[in-house]
Amino acid sequence: MTVTTSPDPGAYLDHAATTPMSPAALEAFVSAAGRTGNASSLHSAGRAARRAVEESREAAAAALGARPSEVIFTAGGTESDNLAVKGIFWGRRSQDSRRRRVLVSAVEHHAVLDPAFWLAGHAGAEITLLPVDAEGRLDLDALRAELAAHADEIALVSVMWANNEVGTVQPVRDVVRLAHQHGVPVHTDAIQAVGQVEVDFAASGVDAMTVTGHKIGGPVGVGALLARRDLALEAVSHGGGQERGVRSGTLDVPAIRAFSVALTDAVGRREEHAARLAALRDTLVDGVRRVAPQAVLRGPDPASSTPDGVPDRLPANAHFTFPGAEGDSLLYLLDSAGVQASTGSACQAGVPQPSHVLLATGVEEADARGALRFSLGATSTAQDVEALLDALPGVVERARAAGLVSARQGGAA
Amino acid sequence: MRVLAAMSGGVDSAVAAALAVEAGHDVVGVHMALSRNRDQFRTGSRGCCSIEDAGDARRAADVLGIPYYVWDLSETFEETVVADFLSEYSAGRTPNPCVRCNEHIKFTALLDKATALGFDAVATGHYARIEDGPDGPELHRSPNDAKDQSYVLAVMGPERLARSVFPLGRFATKDEVRAEAERRGLSVSAKPDSYDICFVADGDTRGFLRDRLGEKPGEVVDTDGTVVGEHRGAFAYTIGQRKGLGLGRPAPDGRPRYVVDVDTESNTVVVGPSELLSVDRIDASSAVWLVAAPQEWTDVTVQVRAHGRAVPAQVRAVSDGGGPAMEVRLGEHLRGIASGQSIVVYRGTRVLGQGTVSGAHRADVPVAAQVGATAAHA
Repeated sequence: MTVTTSPDPGAYLDHAATTPMSPAALEAFVSAAGRTGNASSLHSAGRAARRAVEESREAAAAALGARPSEVIFTAGGTESDNLAVKGIFWGRRSQDSRRRRVLVSAVEHHAVLDPAFWLAGHAGAEITLLPVDAEGRLDLDALRAELAAHADEIALVSVMWANNEVGTVQPVRDVVRLAHQHGVPVHTDAIQAVGQVEVDFAASGVDAMTVTGHKIGGPVGVGALLARRDLALEAVSHGGGQERGVRSGTLDVPAIRAFSVALTDAVGRREEHAARLAALRDTLVDGVRRVAPQAVLRGPDPASSTPDGVPDRLPANAHFTFPGAEGDSLLYLLDSAGVQASTGSACQAGVPQPSHVLLATGVEEADARGALRFSLGATSTAQDVEALLDALPGVVERARAAGLVSARQGGAA
Repeated sequence: MRVLAAMSGGVDSAVAAALAVEAGHDVVGVHMALSRNRDQFRTGSRGCCSIEDAGDARRAADVLGIPYYVWDLSETFEETVVADFLSEYSAGRTPNPCVRCNEHIKFTALLDKATALGFDAVATGHYARIEDGPDGPELHRSPNDAKDQSYVLAVMGPERLARSVFPLGRFATKDEVRAEAERRGLSVSAKPDSYDICFVADGDTRGFLRDRLGEKPGEVVDTDGTVVGEHRGAFAYTIGQRKGLGLGRPAPDGRPRYVVDVDTESNTVVVGPSELLSVDRIDASSAVWLVAAPQEWTDVTVQVRAHGRAVPAQVRAVSDGGGPAMEVRLGEHLRGIASGQSIVVYRGTRVLGQGTVSGAHRADVPVAAQVGATAAHA
């Protein structure tokens, strides 16, 4: 059975939000969904389901440089981040009650920040936001200083592998080196990094790592937390004791199957995929600069990389702010021209807020309002980029006109 | 026409959007996020525009097959509508925030943004009618007497009227509108109407004012200056108010006492008998005309409350130090007219103009001897 999936017609440039399921993943999902069995049951149907899960676990582990016993399947990235932040905090604190501090970068996704702040409000945690530079890269000196001053009190450090808004690839190995000198475990949210840059759990040295399905061609609703066996990790959700007792719940066999297929494919084709998307992204960036010269690229220089060749910026990511324009105007105008992009801001109860990531890199709040993130994926083509570049000049002009109107009324600058 | 339908999540704006679609316009639905107040994000609040309301508006847009966005106008709303509300009460006047919202938000901030983004008009679920007259669009009352909102719309002026659409204009009853919603499969057909002030989620206006303006205890005095009670802030009182005065003892003549003056400078509330509330002359500033401003005394009717009766009067345009204004001679006495209230001038069902009350008095009593409703418009 051949199944094709594609995003809505028009130019879809929001793959960082979600990306189509690959045909192979969809096929794996559908065929597994046609079979019945609870992977925890001991009879034949259960064992068949269990086998599907364990084969998926082995494939996922192999793709990510981990041992199968280190793979905990969850319902997605947010659950994995919550399990990591809360579970490691509680685990480490019950070993030593002084360990109340949680160090997180200032540009973490809300799925890491919010559990951390929840712990501060409800469990006596003390949160330290580690600053970043103008390109979103973690300030290692700040981390070093915190570790030196408070090592015995720190429960964990969480720094994402790559930022979802401005694409910054973080110095994860340096974070691990510094934290481990003081015996502090490190969690990393690698959701955006998988399939774009090399992600190897063992080689990185991290103690826990979040990955998810729907950013890499798998289904929404499944992900994993990779965690070393010796990491102190309390369960968040209690019940039947599945997944090493830290993540109870009947395993979603079809989703796990599809996830592992997607992971294997994403990691297997990573180099050519990253090269193709980087070239397309560079065309997009050059084009935006040409048709909208006032636009400011946010995040690292797309051409720069570390000495060992790791790009400083995710190959599929571009992000600009447009002075004088507001995100909601830009979004509406692009959407009605058939171009779908993200303003990259979290929605607090329906009222868009300026991005905490942009603010953390030192962007002024007024400038942070007119932000657009463009992100590419497996189905992206040169036509998508052309559609954006065709629409953008008119969009920016009108959005700036609307922004002037608001400014005159003394509202948003 | 490209029409921006303002959708609050209520049944009126949902049906208005539906009618705009059926009229063949190219419609986009927008929900305005106006609140920065977390309390209002709880569902079931009395006011408007919780997350649930945004969700209802989204579902209505889904049913109508139109694009839907949420636009954040909360900063402008706070700086115009809420700020005006607080400053008017601080000055001892009685504001109407719905008039200010129409003036500054719906038919300025929203309308101007829509125009800049390529829309021809904004459609809302207001109960009012626009008729094409020989001199351009005319604003008329809705046939739905109970719900007519021409009073709060009168502030918009002719240029904005020309870029507005009120699809509910022909409906005489709310039941008809709900039936229209049901017919179209809009699940909000049975949703209760919001009431009170949209940004005071629990309906406690006095509490809201105290939170924002602080408590300023002071005296309640009668017209002789005798102290008859205490208050926690003169700003919380309105001319004509009878309830909630908390006076320890009755008036010597046993008759009810009313707030006849609010002096925020001395932080004093003055109470007296109802006769002192009686006025037959009103001055209003910041006048907006939908017709040529009448230079001579003209027979009209005027309405001074959102759901009050219009009374016969004569009006003429004047200018005061601050710009266009109007003078009104009432054909009958009215009671409890407070500065800051909106006064709307009608001829029949047609809105001629609107102003903000700056003073009111009785023609047969010298102004200096009067108490009540003379808080000067600074």
